[in-house]
Amino acid sequence: MKRLYPVICFEIERTDNEMQQSQKKKPSYWSKDFKKELPFYLMLIPAFVLVLVYSYGPMVGIAMAFQDFRLADGIFGSNFNGLDNFRTLFSMPNFWPVIRNTLIIALGKMIGGIIVPVGFALLLNEIRHMGFKKSIQTMVYLPNFLSWVILASIFIDILSPSDGVVNHMLGMIGIEPIFFLGDTTWFPITMIFTEIWRMFGFGAIIYLAALTGIDPTLYEAAQIDGANRIKQTLHITFPGILSTVILMTVLSMSGVLDGGFDQIFNMYNPAVMETGDILDTLIFRFGFQGTPQWALSTAANLFRSVVSTIFVVTSYILADRLVGYRIF
Amino acid sequence: MAIKVSTSRKVFMTFNVIILVLLAVLCVFPFVNLLAISFSSRDAVIANRVTFWPVEFNLNSYRFILSNNQFIRSLWITVQRTFIGVPLNMLLIILTAYPLSKSKKEFRFRSFFSWFFVFTTLFHGGLVPTWMMVRNTGLLNSIWALILPSAVNVFNILVVMNYMRSLPKEMEEAALIDGAGPLQVLTKIILPVCKPTLATVALFSFVFHWNSWFDGMIYMQRVDLYPLQTYLQTMIINPEAFFRNATNTSAAVAQFVRLVDARTTGAAQLFLAILPIMCVYPFLQKYFAKGLVMGSVK
Repeated sequence: MKRLYPVICFEIERTDNEMQQSQKKKPSYWSKDFKKELPFYLMLIPAFVLVLVYSYGPMVGIAMAFQDFRLADGIFGSNFNGLDNFRTLFSMPNFWPVIRNTLIIALGKMIGGIIVPVGFALLLNEIRHMGFKKSIQTMVYLPNFLSWVILASIFIDILSPSDGVVNHMLGMIGIEPIFFLGDTTWFPITMIFTEIWRMFGFGAIIYLAALTGIDPTLYEAAQIDGANRIKQTLHITFPGILSTVILMTVLSMSGVLDGGFDQIFNMYNPAVMETGDILDTLIFRFGFQGTPQWALSTAANLFRSVVSTIFVVTSYILADRLVGYRIF
Repeated sequence: MAIKVSTSRKVFMTFNVIILVLLAVLCVFPFVNLLAISFSSRDAVIANRVTFWPVEFNLNSYRFILSNNQFIRSLWITVQRTFIGVPLNMLLIILTAYPLSKSKKEFRFRSFFSWFFVFTTLFHGGLVPTWMMVRNTGLLNSIWALILPSAVNVFNILVVMNYMRSLPKEMEEAALIDGAGPLQVLTKIILPVCKPTLATVALFSFVFHWNSWFDGMIYMQRVDLYPLQTYLQTMIINPEAFFRNATNTSAAVAQFVRLVDARTTGAAQLFLAILPIMCVYPFLQKYFAKGLVMGSVK
């Protein structure tokens, strides 16, 4: 990543230079290779235009974060007010609790999101019966493919303290009903567990692939040397998937401010705002619920984007340094 | 190779199988429960008698849904966005991933374009600015608002691009020598061998379009334009909002309350929304591990 970055700057400059050169009719890239590469440019045009409009276009709107934005005046007519929106935002009584909630929920998901899939992959890898293995996989993949609208509806139903099947079962072993989605202590825990429940099966794919990639002769050699199963696991299996685990840990860092909007928005309620409200739901409410506060929403969104970008870039650099991984 | 199976190994394997089966049951149980509720009678559900099997089996909930115009209308909108959106996603992924999979020698501005696309995954304009852009391009309340802003998925492009780069160079060199153009090479040589990755990405694209609810909620300003998942979101999670926004539903509301329980019809609607996905992903499962190589490790 780091090494590639200067390359773009260099090439942007060269684009300008070469445009001038082609005007002077010197034999250049544009008169020779360009023709050969023309199909590539044509292929890229549709996606280029769409990304320009719907990904780069909105970046102009970031100006709102620094404006006393009025809908009637628009982005180009509203007055700039420096960092006032950020001052307002940071001094709001619920802003820092929201950041705390986001970090707690995101970290919980990150840690569980590594440990559970790795453990599951290790257990599943011991199974030699392919039909059994495939069936288990099909079943655990299911929640991953469903929307949080559906999953939240189901959880609201089965976790209900009065008529939910979970509390019904807990009642049979003598546990008092727990209000999973209405209690400030239980809500973040429920968010972390339900997210891990959703993703652990699909998340295990990458570890299963790494486990299959371990050279089987290593195990044979270890057996001949008299190593038992536990020793084989410690000295062959663990080192064999270590780089994948490191990679996934490092990459998951980029989600530090991602509390999981779809999940929380569909499950939170006024009773758990204190511990359940996250940055993304706050940004949404500023923008689309009640009186629109677009400047504040955009300021909060920019804060989130900048912090996330720093974490994403750091995680990519670390991934490259530690295990030689590059996104492209 | 003969492996001596020790007692401890047998004990471990027994526990392992039990744990795995429990985990699998944990993952499918909520959906089994959902299905059971949707086929049960209102009274049985209210009395909490439904766990794995339908109690007092009946089809009332499904009958009610089929007479519910908004469910059908939303389902149709989702079908439309899926049938336009998925092919468009795939076309853009293929057309973009192929040039970007070239080396710098073959395509001079490869790294500029790569960064042009990757940058959008690192930094976003944000929720409100994106909404304004969709409004400014005149897409509000149009089905294209659900298709165009999400038409280019950079992560999927990267997955396919990395797969293409892992293919041996000799494959297309031979075709190029025979005088084939880039488009011919792409369609005749490259795409047929990209089946695992294209199948995986097509599934993701299908799941994305089928499951999207947020875009419908912010870009569609009338309930009758909502795609299925947005309709379910307002109907089940936030019913007051649904009844507040909807026009001419008072008769439907009265009927809804009288005839069937909200839980059984809710369950039936959710189950119908899950069904297409349940029918598709198990068949593509064999491609996941091969098709999912995200990024490259040196």
